[in-house]
Amino acid sequence: MNRRTALKSTALGLGALLLTGCGAADMTQQASPYANAAGAKTVTLSVQSWVGAQADVAVAKLILERELGYRVDTVQVDEVPAWDALSQGRVDMIMEDWGHPEQEARYVKDKKTIVPAGEVGVIGHIGWWVPKYFADKHPDVTDWRNLNKYADQFKTPESGGKGQLLDGSPSYVTNDKALVNNLKLNYQVVFSGSEAAQITQIQRFAKEKKPFLTYWYKPQWLFEQVPMVEVKLPKYSEECAAKAPEDIDCEYPTTPLAKYMNANFAKKGGKAAQFLKNFKWDAEQQNAVSLMIADQKLSPDEAARKWVAANENVWRAWLPK
Amino acid sequence: MSAVTTTSAPPKPRTQEPSWRDRLTRRPALLKLGALLVIAAVAVPVLHSRWASGTWPAPLTVDLTEPLGKVSDWIIDNRDGHPLFLYFFGHISNAVVLSVRGVYLVLLALGWAGTTALAALVAWRAAGVKLAAGTVVALAACGLLGMWVPTMQTLALMAVAVAASVILGAFLGLAAGLSDRTFRILRPVLDTMQVLPAFAYLLPVVLIFGIGVPAAVLATVVYAAPPMARLTALGLREADKGVLEAVESLGATARQRLFTARLPLARKQLLLGLNQTIMMALSMAVIASVIGAAGLGDRVYQALASVDVGQALAAGLPIVLMAIVLDRVTAAAGSGDREQGRSWLPAALGVLAVAAVAVATRLAGSLLWPEAWSIEIAPTVNKAVGWMTDHLYSGVPVIGGTADWAGHFTSFVLDPIRSGLTALPWYAVLLLVAALAWLIGTWKSALTAALAMAAIGVLGVWKPSMDTLSQVVAAVAVTLLIGFAIGIAASRSSRLERVLRPVLDVMQTMPQFVYLIPVVALFGVGRAPAAAAAVVYALPAVVRITTQGLQQVSPAALESARSLGATSGQQLRQVQLPLARPSLLLAVNQGVVLVLAVVIIGGLVGGGALGYDVVFGLAQGDLATGLKAGAAIVCLGLMLDRVTQPSRAARKEDA
Repeated sequence: MNRRTALKSTALGLGALLLTGCGAADMTQQASPYANAAGAKTVTLSVQSWVGAQADVAVAKLILERELGYRVDTVQVDEVPAWDALSQGRVDMIMEDWGHPEQEARYVKDKKTIVPAGEVGVIGHIGWWVPKYFADKHPDVTDWRNLNKYADQFKTPESGGKGQLLDGSPSYVTNDKALVNNLKLNYQVVFSGSEAAQITQIQRFAKEKKPFLTYWYKPQWLFEQVPMVEVKLPKYSEECAAKAPEDIDCEYPTTPLAKYMNANFAKKGGKAAQFLKNFKWDAEQQNAVSLMIADQKLSPDEAARKWVAANENVWRAWLPK
Repeated sequence: MSAVTTTSAPPKPRTQEPSWRDRLTRRPALLKLGALLVIAAVAVPVLHSRWASGTWPAPLTVDLTEPLGKVSDWIIDNRDGHPLFLYFFGHISNAVVLSVRGVYLVLLALGWAGTTALAALVAWRAAGVKLAAGTVVALAACGLLGMWVPTMQTLALMAVAVAASVILGAFLGLAAGLSDRTFRILRPVLDTMQVLPAFAYLLPVVLIFGIGVPAAVLATVVYAAPPMARLTALGLREADKGVLEAVESLGATARQRLFTARLPLARKQLLLGLNQTIMMALSMAVIASVIGAAGLGDRVYQALASVDVGQALAAGLPIVLMAIVLDRVTAAAGSGDREQGRSWLPAALGVLAVAAVAVATRLAGSLLWPEAWSIEIAPTVNKAVGWMTDHLYSGVPVIGGTADWAGHFTSFVLDPIRSGLTALPWYAVLLLVAALAWLIGTWKSALTAALAMAAIGVLGVWKPSMDTLSQVVAAVAVTLLIGFAIGIAASRSSRLERVLRPVLDVMQTMPQFVYLIPVVALFGVGRAPAAAAAVVYALPAVVRITTQGLQQVSPAALESARSLGATSGQQLRQVQLPLARPSLLLAVNQGVVLVLAVVIIGGLVGGGALGYDVVFGLAQGDLATGLKAGAAIVCLGLMLDRVTQPSRAARKEDA
């Protein structure tokens, strides 16, 4: 009996070896297990957590599916991990990137696993903002030099006696702690931990007509709901941007938002890759879709359907000839 | 974590157990404190003269940022070339992807009707007609909510993760059940793994596997395997000695003894292990969406991003339903009421029926849930939540709005505790922790707790850890206050208990992500909403354990108290509460563990501290920050468990 079990287990072991294959398994080349389930050509798009990126993805997805016959999977990943996933081919495309020079150097220049795929057509801008109802009453708040005067009014239980500067998701690019320090502002940066939490808090403040100071960015649909005025920070300059992160003392640069593609997909992606490279719209068009998603609570698919129905002349130009 | 108490039987009151009381109230306590005082008298002057500071002294920290950063860079650079990845991790990752895909394709091929029929068949054979009907209703609800495909994706992922956890857990449990030495080594490790917040497990797997399904499955396995291992080991060890001797005297070999006696005798424990593993895996399904788990968890996570509570709820409800159904089915299978009727005929007929249904739907051409049969709950829910937050946020007469409460809670509870903890000299914190752990447990747990705190200091994350600790302490206090009050009320009124039960079930299994946004809308961004979410999450376990503990106080003791003319209040204070003390302590322990888990997730709503660092590490790919915070969370969990864990004897062996 022992002989037989021994034999059996060897056979089992051999079988297992055969199954897994003795060869190498490159885990960086594995697609999602849910991909291609319907046996169609599939494109996987990375959705970033902010609504603008959701709008890009929703419209691209709809056109890919309806006009080009692809199946589109979307995965929500944070910005930096998305670069890694893109490099590994777990996603084919990042539709909206806000500038990650470190990742660009690593993956585009060194490893050559990612290639740029053109611009989104939208210019991104990060800054500090106060609500319009507050700026109307206190016009001088829009200059950073006067911020300390108002610190008292921006106080919350979380900011410990100082004014509160509301910051967003940990995945966003921010120098706010350095800025507060270097500009000698009597403010405390409070990290809301996610964009959802930040938006909810801003809406709440706006409903109560309370003053607040927040890190925010353009284009963003929330401006339609809560009009805000930007606070002017010291002018941006190349020298300032070159400083160490903790010494930065000037405003954020404006970034043309870019698209990136997995290198393999760019070569073999056929019409889908071509279409995604051509995809380009402006802030107003993107906001129209974002607003339908975030404000009117339409599902991204539905919002995209509405926009696509009304703007055929725009997206027809993106289709590969 | 929700699993920890869902089905576990409450600790039975121990009538013949003077030991914990003795240890707590008589001399040993003084002795322990005395010993600590001596240690303190010797050590404190030395420590104070060398490193006099409130927070952990800088010379005693080890900076891991650089080495960790290097490791992370090395992994990214070598992931597609190094043999370790090509020949080891690559195959693991492949196997996971293939098996998840396999299960997913089978589920899709069965179609919605086939899958439902199959699930009903399994539930019927395992747990009876009633639960089979419940299963059908639950799956239909998933379809109606428009969540059929994500539900199938989550099911596929869960099936693979649970199978792997059960195999791994059973293997470890077998080893620990048969060998005393393995048991001694594994026991503390498994105990500890069960109290750690799921969030802490995410980073290490992401570091190796990157974002995606393999990482999600492996994190789930690491999280869900310990209960299976624990209960397998306990089941094997607790087998009736008499039966084993009888089997041995019949001349059975060791293996025959294992398969014919010990394993069948441990059946109940094994099924309880399966039950807990499933529940842990389900609670991880949502959290793992942060690292790419897809399915329902991802829907919840995406809805969170667009501040859409209704949509999050629509994706969260299927998880709740799955959890409740799976819990009831495995619990019923484990209770062994259905030993009868093990004939193969009904089962075979059932399989045929499932096959027929699957073929029929395939021919009808509607494999996916028909879109016409769905209801939109999101708009209604959003309206309701909007109304609630609008009316409660501020300006409620007399009691003030929730925003005011949050403000007061932050300024008058959270802030003082935090500044107190940070101002306290670091050695005083160590001594305090050691004293608490020793008074309630053994010197070993005291040492573990103190060392865990020291490790936090060495890692250089003392300050954020104290911040997190202050949130835990405050939230636990609130949880216990409310939990004990409701628990006492429920133990005295069976009607209230019946009403509460489904509410508690839902609260316990609802993914925490779903209520993060309403909590922000009510309490604003900051530490207060994190604490509020933690209270909501930990409350059910505390209420349930308290109720059961009080109800199981021996009726004889109550009767004699009543006959002596004690009022109902006196009965409660002087008989029920003292006798239910072990359960109350267990409730505290559970409360602390659950609160910690959510306070960490509170990093997503402005809780800051360690939770934010983990989120930051994940989001920025800055694994050094994330891993350090993760390790600190582990230490904090370990310490909190030891400080609230009554010595082994008083703790029930049922997880």
